[in-house]
Amino acid sequence: MAGGAAPSTAYGCGLAAELRAARMVWQREMLHFLRDRIGTLVSLLQSLMSLFILGVGMGGLFAGSGVGSASDYLTFLFPGVLVLAAQPATVAVGASIVWDREDGFLREMLVAPVHRATLLIGRCLGGMTVATCQGLVILAGAGLLHIPYRPGIFGLLTAELALTSLTLTVLATTIAVFVRRPRTLTAVLGVLMAPLLFLSGTMFPISALPGWLSLLSRLDPLTYAVDAMRRTVGVDRLVHGRAMLTAPVTWGGLRPAPPVELAVVAAFTMIALVVAARRFSRLG
Amino acid sequence: MTEGEGVVETGRMRRPEPDAPRRYQDVPAIRATGLHKSYPDVDAVRGVDLTVEQGETFGLLGPNGAGKSTIIAMLCTLAVPTAGRIEVAGHDARTAPGRVRRSLGIVFQESTLDGELTAAENLRFHADLYALPRAGLAARIEAMLDLAGLAARRDHLVRTFSGGMRRRLEIARGLLHRPRVLFLDEPTIGLDPQARDRLWAHLREVRERETTTLFLTTHYLDEAERCDRVAIVDEGRIVARGAPAELKSALAADRIDLRTGDDVAAAAALRERFGIEAVAGPRGLRVQAENGASLVPRLCSGLDVPVHEVTVTRPSLDEVFLHHTGRHIRDEPGGGH
Repeated sequence: MAGGAAPSTAYGCGLAAELRAARMVWQREMLHFLRDRIGTLVSLLQSLMSLFILGVGMGGLFAGSGVGSASDYLTFLFPGVLVLAAQPATVAVGASIVWDREDGFLREMLVAPVHRATLLIGRCLGGMTVATCQGLVILAGAGLLHIPYRPGIFGLLTAELALTSLTLTVLATTIAVFVRRPRTLTAVLGVLMAPLLFLSGTMFPISALPGWLSLLSRLDPLTYAVDAMRRTVGVDRLVHGRAMLTAPVTWGGLRPAPPVELAVVAAFTMIALVVAARRFSRLG
Repeated sequence: MTEGEGVVETGRMRRPEPDAPRRYQDVPAIRATGLHKSYPDVDAVRGVDLTVEQGETFGLLGPNGAGKSTIIAMLCTLAVPTAGRIEVAGHDARTAPGRVRRSLGIVFQESTLDGELTAAENLRFHADLYALPRAGLAARIEAMLDLAGLAARRDHLVRTFSGGMRRRLEIARGLLHRPRVLFLDEPTIGLDPQARDRLWAHLREVRERETTTLFLTTHYLDEAERCDRVAIVDEGRIVARGAPAELKSALAADRIDLRTGDDVAAAAALRERFGIEAVAGPRGLRVQAENGASLVPRLCSGLDVPVHEVTVTRPSLDEVFLHHTGRHIRDEPGGGH
C-alpha cells in the first residue's frame, strides 16, 4: 500500500457524498471562470456595450418619437441588460457539457459512483454563480440610472438575477444533453436564445408586440423574470413618460404578482432540469 | 453481496479488518458470464465469459470493432448488457452499480483529464466524486502524484502536460480510490516508443506498490506478453485465451527488412556469421528474428557490405489473429509501429 496514513476502504455515502460531488462540480466551474480572465472581460465588455450602445441609441430613438426621455428608456432597459450580462456565461456553462464530451472529461464524471442528476445540478449552480457574478458588475452601476442603492432592492434583484441565470443555464444544459456535436449545439443555442431574449421584453415592452407574438412572449419564462426585476427596480415610479414602458405582463385582464412570476420561472426551471437529468442519466 | 462488503458498508471505519484482503481473494476481480450486447443494427458482443483473478494482469486483445470497447463499457457499468451477468469484486453490476464503480479505476483510451485544472486539482476532483474519506486524503494525493512522477508539477495546468505525463496522471487518478481493478484501454496508444517503455516500467511499479488487478486492452503483442493472461476477441467472441507463452507458440518473430549495397553478399554473410536465412525480395532482404531491434546493431557491424536502410517490424496482433481466425485484422489503426 502506498502513501503514509492510508484512508482505507471507508467511503462516505448517501446524501453527504452527493453534496460533496455537486460542490466539486460547482467548484470546477468556478475555477474555469476565475482562470478565463479574458473570457470574463470580453463578456463584461459585451454587456456594457449593449447597455450603452443599445441603451443610448434606442433611448435617442425613443426620445425622438416623443413618448418619453432617453433616461426613461435606460431605466427600463436596465433589468434586461442584467439578463444580457448573465446570458453568455449561462450558455457557456450549459454548452460545456458538449465540450467535456469532446475532451473526454465527461466520462470521468459519468463513471463516478454518484447520481447523474447531482452532476447536472452542480454544474447548473456553477453556471448560475458565474452568470450572477457577471450581472452583479452591471448591477453595481445601477446608481447611474437613478436606481436607489437600497439593500432591499439590491438583495431582491440579485436573487432574481440568480434565478434567471439558473433558468438560462438549465435551459442551455437541457439542450446540450440532447445534442452531441459542439457545432450543432452552437447553432441550436443561437437560434433559441435570440427569440427567448427578444420576446422577453428585455429591450422593448412586449406591449409593442402584435397579438400572436405577445402570446409567444407569454410562454417565454424570461418575460416573467424580466418583468419581476423591472417591478423590483420600480420602473412605475422612475419612468415618467407614457405608460407603454411600464405596461405590465398580463394574463387576460389578470396581472400576476412578482412572487407568482418568479414561481412560474422556478417551475419552468424545475421541469427543464428534470428533463435534462433524465436524459443525462441515460448517457453511456 | 460478499463477506468483505461489510468493510465498505460500515463506512466510517478507518482501516479494513486485517483479514479482509484475504477474504477478497476468494472472489475473482471480474467474473462475466454469457455477456451479450446487441444494438439495433449490430450484435457487438456475442457470448463472452471472462474470469480475472485478483492481482493478475489481464490483457484483452482484438482489432477495432471486435467488441473490446463494448465489453469494457459493460464491465464499467457504462453500458447495460442485453444478456449476461457481471460481477466485479463480488458486486453485481446490475444490482449494485455504485459498488462496482467504486471497485474500478478506469483509464480510457482518450484523455479524460480537465486541462484547465492542475494535476492536484484533477485528483482532488476525483476524490470528491468518489467521496474518499478526508482523513489522509492529502497524503494519498501526494503519494499518487509521486507515483506518477508529477510531484514537482502538481500545481501546473494539465493542458501543459505531454501525452505520457497525462497518461501517468490518469493512472494515478484511477488508483486514487484504491480500486480492486484498474482498467486501461489501450494505455500506450499515441505514445512514442520511449514513452511507451516508461509507461510499462511505471505499470510494473504500480503493480508493486498498489495491490491492484490490471485489466488492459492492446493491439501490440509485446504488450500482451507482459500480461499474466490474455484473451483474444474477434466479432464479439473470445477466440483464444491463455498465458502469453501459450499464445506465443503461434507467433511470428520480428521482421527485419534490409536494403544493402550487395544483397547477395549480405545474404551469404548473414547465413555464415549469424546463422540466419534471409529471403531476397524486390526491395531487399527480409529476415525473421526473435528480438529484431537488438539484432540490428550487430547486423550492421557484422556485415561487410554497406547497409542503406533497416526496418524492424514488430510481430503484430495480426499474425496471432491470423493464426486463430484464418483472417487478417481489418484496418488496424496506427498499425506498423
